[in-house]
Amino acid sequence: MPSRRCSRRTVLAGGVGFALGGAAGIGAALTASDEPASPSAEAHPFYGPHQAGITTAAQDRLHFAAFDVVTDSRAELVEVLRAWTTAAARMTAGEPAGRLGPTSGPYDAPPDDTGEAIGLPPARLTVTFGFGSSLFDDRFGLAARRPAALRSLPHFPADNLDPSRSDGDLCVQACADDPQIAVHAVRNLARIGFGAVAVRWSQLGFGRTSSTTRAQDTPRNLFGFKDGTANIKAEETDALAADVWVAASNEPRERWLEGGSYLVARRINMSIETWDRQSLRDQETIIGRSKAEGAPLSGGGEDTPPNFILRGRGGPLIDPRSHVALAHPDDNDGVRILRRGYNFVDGSTALGRLDAGLFFIAFTNDPHGHYVPMQTKLSKSDLLSEYLQHTASGLFAIPPGVRPGGYVGQQLFA
Amino acid sequence: MRRWRTPARLSAFAACLLLAGCTTTEATSGDRLVEVDSGNDSCDLSTTEAAAGTLTFRVRNSGSKVTEFYLLAGDGLRIVGEVENVGPSLTRDLVVSVPDGGYVTACKPGMRGKGIRGTFTVTPSDEKVPVVGGEAVLVKQANDIYAAYVEDQSAQLLEKTQRFVELYEAGRDDAARALYPVARTHWERIETVAESFGDLDPRMDAREADLEPGQAWTGWHRIEKDLWPQRATGYTPLTAAQRSRVARRLLADTRTLDRRVRKLRYAADEIANGSRGLLEEVATRKVTGEEEYWSRTDLWDFQANVDGARVAFEGVRPLVERRDPSLAKKIAAEFAALQTLLDHHRRGDGFERYDRLSQVEVKRLSDAVNALSEPLSRLTAVVVGAEAKD
Repeated sequence: MPSRRCSRRTVLAGGVGFALGGAAGIGAALTASDEPASPSAEAHPFYGPHQAGITTAAQDRLHFAAFDVVTDSRAELVEVLRAWTTAAARMTAGEPAGRLGPTSGPYDAPPDDTGEAIGLPPARLTVTFGFGSSLFDDRFGLAARRPAALRSLPHFPADNLDPSRSDGDLCVQACADDPQIAVHAVRNLARIGFGAVAVRWSQLGFGRTSSTTRAQDTPRNLFGFKDGTANIKAEETDALAADVWVAASNEPRERWLEGGSYLVARRINMSIETWDRQSLRDQETIIGRSKAEGAPLSGGGEDTPPNFILRGRGGPLIDPRSHVALAHPDDNDGVRILRRGYNFVDGSTALGRLDAGLFFIAFTNDPHGHYVPMQTKLSKSDLLSEYLQHTASGLFAIPPGVRPGGYVGQQLFA
Repeated sequence: MRRWRTPARLSAFAACLLLAGCTTTEATSGDRLVEVDSGNDSCDLSTTEAAAGTLTFRVRNSGSKVTEFYLLAGDGLRIVGEVENVGPSLTRDLVVSVPDGGYVTACKPGMRGKGIRGTFTVTPSDEKVPVVGGEAVLVKQANDIYAAYVEDQSAQLLEKTQRFVELYEAGRDDAARALYPVARTHWERIETVAESFGDLDPRMDAREADLEPGQAWTGWHRIEKDLWPQRATGYTPLTAAQRSRVARRLLADTRTLDRRVRKLRYAADEIANGSRGLLEEVATRKVTGEEEYWSRTDLWDFQANVDGARVAFEGVRPLVERRDPSLAKKIAAEFAALQTLLDHHRRGDGFERYDRLSQVEVKRLSDAVNALSEPLSRLTAVVVGAEAKD
């Protein structure tokens, strides 16, 4: 992870991103500053073999947006992707979205950056782009390039999905340590895209719910528990190659995605008030871990592997239908996914309940082989599912990283 | 329908393993906090003396086996409080109200034998300690009342279901529609018990969205949609043969349920959990109008859940009166307040259709459910540990 300081005001165009190109998202510790940098002052490289925002140490804030393409012109779509790439690279480096900046340019024209990020550090912003299956219809001649795995997720038991905040032709995941920086990124990209693309839905998130590097602590979700302890970490290059990055393929419909991945997004509402009335005994039984340490109920510390057969009085110490038992790789043919979700609270409902939960994001190279079987099992049997309701869903193909001079998804349109 | 319950709420089968006399979850500190280190061959307490009142034994398992900790009366036989299933390196609190006297402590690494024992002295203090013991009669009464209630509701459910499926099979839809919410009332009153049978619940009470791919939709809500298809688009009514199949399946499952509930007995904490669970049903499915999506008869279910919750509460109420009278009073008052609100929506023998309620009225009901649910969630911790034998 680079920790080069760069103020949004002083960095010159084309600076940091290019200089560090190639190190994207691998978690390499590059320290170029001669004074200790606060994490939020860091800028992540935009360019690299993989897009940033996947193995990047999870930032604290999210603004995720899905877009529909409203133009029928393939050229216009490509133009948007080029413009987005340039703007994302600039904003990632802590620069304004446009060349002129928020306070310069013709006095009678609106500025080419919206300005709310003036004076703020880069805040480790990453912008990750993806393509939904609906993009691969006959509008842009992409039907023959749709990877086999890029098809709708099935209905899971008890799903209650809102179509108006599910799916989309394109997605943008903006993560940063400052919410204003994440929102600034999506806002400016949306503005650049107006006319060719339109925002379909967007979601704010706070408080990362996974750690994606070994140096990060496992955070807590809104149920108050540590979750995702067994997450794939950036340092596990073999696991990333096996379960996250799409491998080389001879299939024309898959080839463009080499080095990319798939992003599964699920908006999971939590019955917060009901959960809060469960006894500590029930809460720990349902999760399968202690609330204090996050240790499996079979004993040890947070990182101790759960022992699913160790018995106490009345059965295994870890209930076979607990969340940890059903979601653990040991119970899923060793399958692991890289989770990168965020908590969300969208105020309260008409009944005065928190409209809150987990905006689940996972990266996997085999959504139907890895995610779907696990989620089917969780929806059906997980004790926790009684307190959850999935309200939105999306599956996107995440193209590989961008080389300087290129644009995101270039391989698809080549 | 909900997915089957947590073991602690599986009233049907879970033996009451919780013998602890826990009366509060408040952590105590200072002279009321006793650190217990349970090793493979040791049981070390930070102190062997404490003042009467609510004590917290913080049990840490420093050994490699699953351990337990007991606080026993001076005779070394009667269990005052217990924590069990503590895995290696884990820490768990035993919170227990203890009057002054001599006690015995025991760690039980490996969950075998008499355990590693020591003596423990509780000195007199000003703190009022609720009376424990002498509750066997109350526990037996609670069980008798609740078991009889469940059996009676189940019998009525069977009787009305039989009549309902006859009407439905005969195509007498108006009569079937009238009986639907009446028959379901008996299901909803004992819902937490009924749904503890993980094989029956998905067949009898699944909503369409609950299904997993390939799962056939049967039960009450399948018939509900067929009787009230107005909200469905392009709905194809069931044929007479399909009606028969669904009807007979439901009746057969109801018979199985009735046979099974006759064998059930309930510990005090299970009854308390049942009461809380029924209110949760109200909060998750009824207030939101999700349960009876097609018929809009949610308020009947709402009332039935509340009925069942209140009967369960009344069963354990004498126990609660002894142990925490203010909680008993609070819960009773909130039940009454919720009932008053529900009564506003009565129409004849039944209730207003749920979609006729205004947003404000729904919010009022929801707030009243919250007001009751919060004290009700403390009920289990109060009654746990009351045993049928003293």
